[in-house]
Amino acid sequence: MKYTLALAQMNTRLGDVPANLERHLSLVEEARAGGADLLVFPELSLTGYALQDLTASVASSPQKDDPAFGPLLEASRKLDLVVGFVDEDARHRFYIASAYLSGGEVAHVHHKVYLPTYAMFDEGRYFAWGDCVRAFDTRFGRMGMLICEDFWHMSPPYLLWLDGADTLLLQSSSPARGMTHAPFLSSMQSVDQLASTYAGMFTCFVAHANRVGFEDGMNFFGGSALYTPDGEQQISAPFMDEALVLAEVDTNQLHRSRARLPLLRDERTALMLREMQRIVDSQITAAPSR
Amino acid sequence: MPDLTINTDIVRKVLTSFVHSEITRTGFQRAVLGLSGGLDSALACFIAAEALGPQNVLAVRMPYRTSSPESLEHAQLVIEATGVQSLTVEITPMVEPLFERFPDMSPTRRGNVMARERMIILFDQSSATQSLVVGTGNKTEILLGYSTLYGDSASALNPLGDLYKTQIRQLSAAMGVPEVIISKPPSADLWIGQTDEGELGFTYEEVDKLLYLLVDERFTPQECVEAGYAEPFVRGVVERVRRNHFKRTMPVIAKLSNRTIGYDFLYLRDWGT
Repeated sequence: MKYTLALAQMNTRLGDVPANLERHLSLVEEARAGGADLLVFPELSLTGYALQDLTASVASSPQKDDPAFGPLLEASRKLDLVVGFVDEDARHRFYIASAYLSGGEVAHVHHKVYLPTYAMFDEGRYFAWGDCVRAFDTRFGRMGMLICEDFWHMSPPYLLWLDGADTLLLQSSSPARGMTHAPFLSSMQSVDQLASTYAGMFTCFVAHANRVGFEDGMNFFGGSALYTPDGEQQISAPFMDEALVLAEVDTNQLHRSRARLPLLRDERTALMLREMQRIVDSQITAAPSR
Repeated sequence: MPDLTINTDIVRKVLTSFVHSEITRTGFQRAVLGLSGGLDSALACFIAAEALGPQNVLAVRMPYRTSSPESLEHAQLVIEATGVQSLTVEITPMVEPLFERFPDMSPTRRGNVMARERMIILFDQSSATQSLVVGTGNKTEILLGYSTLYGDSASALNPLGDLYKTQIRQLSAAMGVPEVIISKPPSADLWIGQTDEGELGFTYEEVDKLLYLLVDERFTPQECVEAGYAEPFVRGVVERVRRNHFKRTMPVIAKLSNRTIGYDFLYLRDWGT
């Protein structure tokens, strides 16, 4: 099967959901005109990233009667969408979330499970921790969504792989940092290395949508890209500038890559689980080390 | 030895994009900055001119009667090289009455008054020309507190605040700041013969490497000593960074209510833009 995937490397207005929604809808039109079947937006694309005390006031619910999701669900009748937003659950906990929309319905919602709360990041102050990593079926095969820090930990991509995801949809609002003599800031390179490594090790497709623009002095670097099951970068957007990139995904590549390199076939999940259980049990019984 | 070499292409791209974004997102088009003839303000002027177009940048020269004529000439070189708009406002008639009122004023007090007078002029021009004040303080001087609070440290946005002085020199060379400005001894030019390195007691080359280890690489002071830096130098710099932290914070507010500005009323400045 072949389909066209699009990555929306956009800027956002901080805390202005109506303005960001309008931008989403215009990018949907642009992507559709280019023949896209699936359009991936970055992390918190409806709200902007460093929300701080704006968090509660920009939350949405992925339902048809929501002012932001109503038009987005309607738009998802034309092409599938992955949207970043603040999800407020029934008990008023706020999550950094991604929703996969298709055919006017919500196919899946992922809540970010790793909230960076160190250095320049303060997500744990404002958001609840997601507690679930699940793959889900789409009309383009089984996929999984992860948000930024989620894929700086190896376990969520690994879990999605075991859960049947053949495409990882990664969304970021990743700020550039780490200035050296190299022609990029080091975080730009790290994300590229992570994404291509996952694609190669899991012999799966990895699509990464990162935003651009500034929030105060933070500079979101873009560099959105699609990686093939051989770990190769198939297409990428420029660093730091807005872009809409489209790429044809040939899902038959999974067949060819896994015939060549049967890492999935040989993965020993029972061994992994047994050893994990032993490690967790030993950590529970052991005294804190000094 | 720490390596403070930067890739000037990517830094240039980030800083010009930053200046453009932070000025235009609030509906402004223009920048105003004080051009002293020194390196930091020269580089800030080059960045602002590239970000906004030289016609949208106003460089203000604000000499005092003892300011070095060379400073004025070097500022002129930058104005000509960048093509920015310019204005010269003498601060002598504004600050002299205060100096006469307090004739025993120390050089430091006089320097602070001059720096704050320049701030008044820049923020007045900001209002007059619908522009934002671009700051020129670098990471070395911000960490060391080598600036006047509400004087040269005051600005609306600062593209240089995460670059050490030695990195400022690299970027300046790449962006075409005249060599004569890059190579001269850095000076606040607040009194005759003043130089930064003479006043601080160490060179930027030395202190930038130490600050890089302490701040960027999170070395302990003891680890810096073990890396070969003299203990009194390390202790002195660490203490200077701590003692001057007040210059890097907003005024402290006493907490009374459930929601207090600075503690639990938290928004980025770019809120809504």
